[in-house]
Amino acid sequence: MLTLEKRPNPSRFWTIVTPLLAVALTMIAGGLLFAILGKNPVEAIRTIFWDPLFNEQFAAYSRPQLLVKAGPLVLIAVGLSLGFRANIWNIGAEGQYIMGAICGTAVALAFYPAEHWYIFPLMILAGALGGWGWAMIPAFLKNRFGTNEILVSLMLVYVAENVESWMAFGPMRNPQGMGFPGSRNLQQYPAAANPELIPGTGIHWGVVAAGLAVLLAYALLKRHIFGFHVRVAGQSPRAARFAGVEPKRLFTLCMGISGACAGLAGLFEVAGPSGQITDSFNVGYGFTAIIVAYLGRLHPIGILLAGLLLALTYIGGEIAQLQLNLPASAIQAFQGMLLFFLLGLDVLSNYRIKRKGAQK
Amino acid sequence: MSKTELLAVDGISKQYPGVLANDAVSFAIAEGEVHALLGENGAGKSTLVKMIYGLVKPDAGQMRFRGAAYAPKEPREARASGVAMVFQHFSLFEALNVAENVALGMENPPKPRELAHRIRTVSEDYGLPLDPARLVGDLSAGERQRVEIIRCLLQDPKLLIMDEPTSVLTPQEVDILFKTLRQLAAEGTAILYISHKLEEIRALCDGATILRRGKVVASCTPREKTARELAELMVGETLTPPARRQKPPGAVALDVSGLSVASPNPFGTALQNVHLTVQQGEILGIAGVAGNGQDELLLALSGEIRTDAEAIRIAGQGVGDLGPNARRRAGLVAAPEERLGHAAAPDMSLTENALLSGAVRKNLVRRGLIDWTAARRFAEAVVKDFDVRTPGVGTAARALSGGNLQKFVIGRELSQAPSVIVVNQPTWGVDAAAAAAIRQALIDRAAAGAAVVVISQDLDELLEIADRFCALNAGRLSAPRPTQGLTVEEIGLMMGGSHGMEVAHAHA
Repeated sequence: MLTLEKRPNPSRFWTIVTPLLAVALTMIAGGLLFAILGKNPVEAIRTIFWDPLFNEQFAAYSRPQLLVKAGPLVLIAVGLSLGFRANIWNIGAEGQYIMGAICGTAVALAFYPAEHWYIFPLMILAGALGGWGWAMIPAFLKNRFGTNEILVSLMLVYVAENVESWMAFGPMRNPQGMGFPGSRNLQQYPAAANPELIPGTGIHWGVVAAGLAVLLAYALLKRHIFGFHVRVAGQSPRAARFAGVEPKRLFTLCMGISGACAGLAGLFEVAGPSGQITDSFNVGYGFTAIIVAYLGRLHPIGILLAGLLLALTYIGGEIAQLQLNLPASAIQAFQGMLLFFLLGLDVLSNYRIKRKGAQK
Repeated sequence: MSKTELLAVDGISKQYPGVLANDAVSFAIAEGEVHALLGENGAGKSTLVKMIYGLVKPDAGQMRFRGAAYAPKEPREARASGVAMVFQHFSLFEALNVAENVALGMENPPKPRELAHRIRTVSEDYGLPLDPARLVGDLSAGERQRVEIIRCLLQDPKLLIMDEPTSVLTPQEVDILFKTLRQLAAEGTAILYISHKLEEIRALCDGATILRRGKVVASCTPREKTARELAELMVGETLTPPARRQKPPGAVALDVSGLSVASPNPFGTALQNVHLTVQQGEILGIAGVAGNGQDELLLALSGEIRTDAEAIRIAGQGVGDLGPNARRRAGLVAAPEERLGHAAAPDMSLTENALLSGAVRKNLVRRGLIDWTAARRFAEAVVKDFDVRTPGVGTAARALSGGNLQKFVIGRELSQAPSVIVVNQPTWGVDAAAAAAIRQALIDRAAAGAAVVVISQDLDELLEIADRFCALNAGRLSAPRPTQGLTVEEIGLMMGGSHGMEVAHAHA
């Protein structure tokens, strides 16, 4: 019989090897799935993992999309990961993302059509504050009344979505938009636009911010006492209190940081790739980021890789749907397999498998 | 006393990863015998009784019970054969009443009314009065133990195993327990009594088997040995009691006045109007049965629970409203009872755990940035000075044995040049040699001018090291008295007497 035995220390070797193993297993199992559907499995896998980056015909279009999609995912996930490590469950990043975008857009529209150098920095500030403020609602309610932050932050997503539609149809509607819902397009307003910085790469200020967030979070967790307190609080709350951590303060800080990151991601999206607030501005980055955070084992570098991987499968999946007529559900199943193998193999880094002798 | 053999253990061995917990252990108990199983922590006592009780399967060896081969696969089988066990840590539900708790431990519980009647009968027969309708959460530790004992007695056992039963009792409660056990023995029930308290064993037991590192090193009749001889058999070396130097105490370092705090736990004990002062160079011992406010007192002193500023003063400065780190800055260090999960984070390395409480006084953090090199050096110094056995300071705290982690935790606090030291159960679950080292370190810090508060349930420990002595009882602290010249009766009264545990209507 096989039994699992907890390792005294998590294995470093397996922590690095399991993600690679999981991708390999996903390719095998996914290939089988595509073969059963009557597609050439090798071609399908190549379409998902290879073509978005290296196909001669359309990689020029799809390659930049990788960073465009990974940017907000990584930025939000890094923010969330700090809280998750301390057992603080902000599930409402999607709402904070929307509010960040709305606040940033409000600043831009207030200045329209003036051209000042400080408009974009002000928008960034407003975006961060919008997300932070939206996250302070569950933080305040939890600290004051002991409400559950999972429920409150999640419900506030739906509130934010309604605020978003109201803005798109009401206060922020483009007066020159011929009655169509949606704000002015910020990409056409140079002082407020978040353009592609290096042509053909997809890098915009949001991608830069995501990179900075990864580095900052890494330094914070490795070297700063706040990062240490976050880790202690997650592992053993009583030891954290002994170490002088104030649980309420920590909660407020973590909610605030994750909210501000999500708000920033929303701002960069609305001023860049999306361009305007519409009633369908949000596409689920805030929720997918939760998966990215866990896929990356709540580690900044891991989150960076997980964000890129997930973005790749999304883009590759779309291409596979178009080119090979694979059903969307097959792509989703494929993405599900990836998560399944990654999380399932996780057990190897914390446990070792032992064969139990014939013990009766 | 009959000499019929009840249980014979023959060549039992049990291997755990990395440890041979029991190595060909053999011994026998006669009917009606009170037999002691004596040994340090980690000597293999618990493993041995778990095999007798069917919780663990031996790798080799046989057992005979009442003449027949005996190899219980699970505790239920052991109970059916007539073996019962009272564990050191109670398995009771605080939100249920006594009768409900007893019923939960039975195979076929009778109707509630009949069960209540039987509980009353048994408890009066054995001088352990207990109201079946009371909520367990409201009972003292001694009363909870009675629930466990009565649960066993209702099964009419032939062999009763008791694992460190007196660690939670006042001296008066111990007397009552011993009367009950003697009565049981006189009726023919054998008792396997696990302890490392030597005087108790000398007073109670007919025979003793002494274990060291999984092996039987001696069998003896405890009454014929001195406590010291027993201890040396148990430890395998000559013990030297801690050395004290008398020194006149200095100025008041810690002053607690009118401290009242609610407990953070639903079944915890609130502190009520606690007063105490400790002078430089003095050790104040605080005794008390578990659950009488010890945890709350430690939390209030360490700063994990805040109070009025003036309720707690360090060197005259009010610190009651400050958190743990501000109090560390003022010179107070604390070591909570629970090593894993409170004093140390289980999955973190010793270096990280050194940073946990040492950050302030050892200057391990500058402008928010952690100086890991300094933290590692601090951890290495603690490991070296306090003889912590570990492969290195990168090892996770949970990988250390209890005694080694305790040495690390105490060492970490004592190495911060504190002016006030508060420790709760400093040697709980620590082997004799390590316990002696920890006590000596506390005495040395006091000699160097620190004010030390030792909260402990081990009376011998307090009598050995404390200058003054007081006790917590239901959240109230008795007035401190000089330790010298205290009698056991006086101590018992300070600890709250017998918690109403009268020897009621005993028939025997």
